[in-house]
Amino acid sequence: MTEEIIIAGFGGQGVLSMGKILAYSGIMQDQEVSWMPSYGPEMRGGTANVTVILSNDRISSPYLKVFDTAIILNQQSMDKFEHSVKPGGYLIYDPNGIIQHPTRTDIHVFSIEGSKIAAEMGNKKIFNMVILGGFLKVKPIVKLDNVIDGLKKSLSERYHHLIPKNEEALHKGIKSIIPFKINNKVFS
Amino acid sequence: MSELKLMKGNEALAEGAIRAGVDAYFGYPITPQSEVIEYLMRERPEERTGMVVLQAESEIAAINMVYGAASTGKRAMTSSSSPGISLKLEGISYLAGAELPAVIVNVVRGGPGLGTIQPSQADYFQSVKGGGHGDYKLYVLAPASVQEMSDFVEDAFDIAFKYRAPVLILSDGLIGQMMEKVVLKDQQERRTDKEVIESCGDWATTGRTNRERNIITSLDLQSEKMEARVHRLMKKYEQMEKEDLRYEKINCDDAEYLIVAYGSSARIAQKAIELAREKGIKAGLLRPITLFPFPKQELFDLADQVKGILSVELSTGQMVEDVRLSVEHKVPVEHFGRTGGIIHTPEEILEALEQKIINNGRIRHHKTRESSIL
Repeated sequence: MTEEIIIAGFGGQGVLSMGKILAYSGIMQDQEVSWMPSYGPEMRGGTANVTVILSNDRISSPYLKVFDTAIILNQQSMDKFEHSVKPGGYLIYDPNGIIQHPTRTDIHVFSIEGSKIAAEMGNKKIFNMVILGGFLKVKPIVKLDNVIDGLKKSLSERYHHLIPKNEEALHKGIKSIIPFKINNKVFS
Repeated sequence: MSELKLMKGNEALAEGAIRAGVDAYFGYPITPQSEVIEYLMRERPEERTGMVVLQAESEIAAINMVYGAASTGKRAMTSSSSPGISLKLEGISYLAGAELPAVIVNVVRGGPGLGTIQPSQADYFQSVKGGGHGDYKLYVLAPASVQEMSDFVEDAFDIAFKYRAPVLILSDGLIGQMMEKVVLKDQQERRTDKEVIESCGDWATTGRTNRERNIITSLDLQSEKMEARVHRLMKKYEQMEKEDLRYEKINCDDAEYLIVAYGSSARIAQKAIELAREKGIKAGLLRPITLFPFPKQELFDLADQVKGILSVELSTGQMVEDVRLSVEHKVPVEHFGRTGGIIHTPEEILEALEQKIINNGRIRHHKTRESSIL
């Protein structure tokens, strides 16, 4: 199994840390992982993206052009990465702030109201965990237990009291992700 | 105890340095390698092993601190990125001339000049063709993974002390900034002063007791002596070529086409080879792990087997010259690479292999040969 993922959005949305938690979860189940961030001026200017690969085999390139799954969290990233999903692949996005919704019909498209749910839960910082929950519902590539273990590894101990809240956010995400419809036709 | 972690390449290098029992790190921050000194400062290695970590006032100060520490037989290192390495070159030439063991790390960014903070491999010439002044070479290790960023520190010091010569670890912004799984080695004890005197007492300034003075210098105003010194250095480089060449061959057994790439480009090229094989193209990868020594003989031999060679690097073509020299025009050799901080994709490499090598009906080199006869 190899899963090649791009997560893209604004800096501050937890894009990089979501990728890190996913990578740690992969390690928890003895997989090879890579996490390749955009660290350049574009990140400093507001947008951030990270390529995460989980595989049972040695990972060749950590830098990719096309992906099995794109998790898209703002319009700029939609413009940039909608066409980077492999045919038959998955696009997951938060419709908040999206003007141009996805138009591709050769991929599976899901939407999840991550920012709305996080606001309702009273903590914008758990936004990325809601999204991660949604992703794992559609693509259960890592076990939930391993995500929690991954969280424990990637968070320093003084934040461990926040783990139940993160777990709650994951479950909210799992429940909230829905197939996106184009002209009332479901492409998922 | 060995330990499994998810780390950035730069952090793995820093942790690898602490665990290898390095005595001192002198550095000055620059993107994309600032995590090295940040990590070392945060980890407080002076409490863990007694290792000295110091932020110098400049890159030039840092390399000269390395010169001073290395003169005493201690394991000293520095790291920087391209513009910073340019500043260190004078010091590196002095280290080579004075025959001092030291490790320098370059996490390459795009150039020339201040260039860009994005990854690049355009410092190949600077690394393997001197860089600094005078007749010298650096033993150059090119890590292609976070694991190797960690492991190569110890390997580099082993070579540096085997030959009493500076060693360069040539990484880049991609390997430095990415995170991968890394198995950290057990902590090694730093050598005691007694051990340093035992192993380096015949040349290092360890505090004179009952012996002749040890003098560390790169200056020899008597030309005969200076020539002898240079020849002594050349002997070391010959021995490195015989004993310490490192490379990796991937899918080469049945290869009809060969890609040569090191560091981050080797990783991306490996994916290009996977894509090529899905299309029925028998492509293989030769990855030089050491850039000096260079796998000349291996390339010369592979040229009898393959129809063409594509050299891939994040530059406008530097290593390709060494590939051509090694192959001696037996088969066409072409270069492909993005530069200026842009990273080539596996798809671009495959396209270049198809256009420049496979579909090119290549006769250019043979033509050149014929016309030179005429």
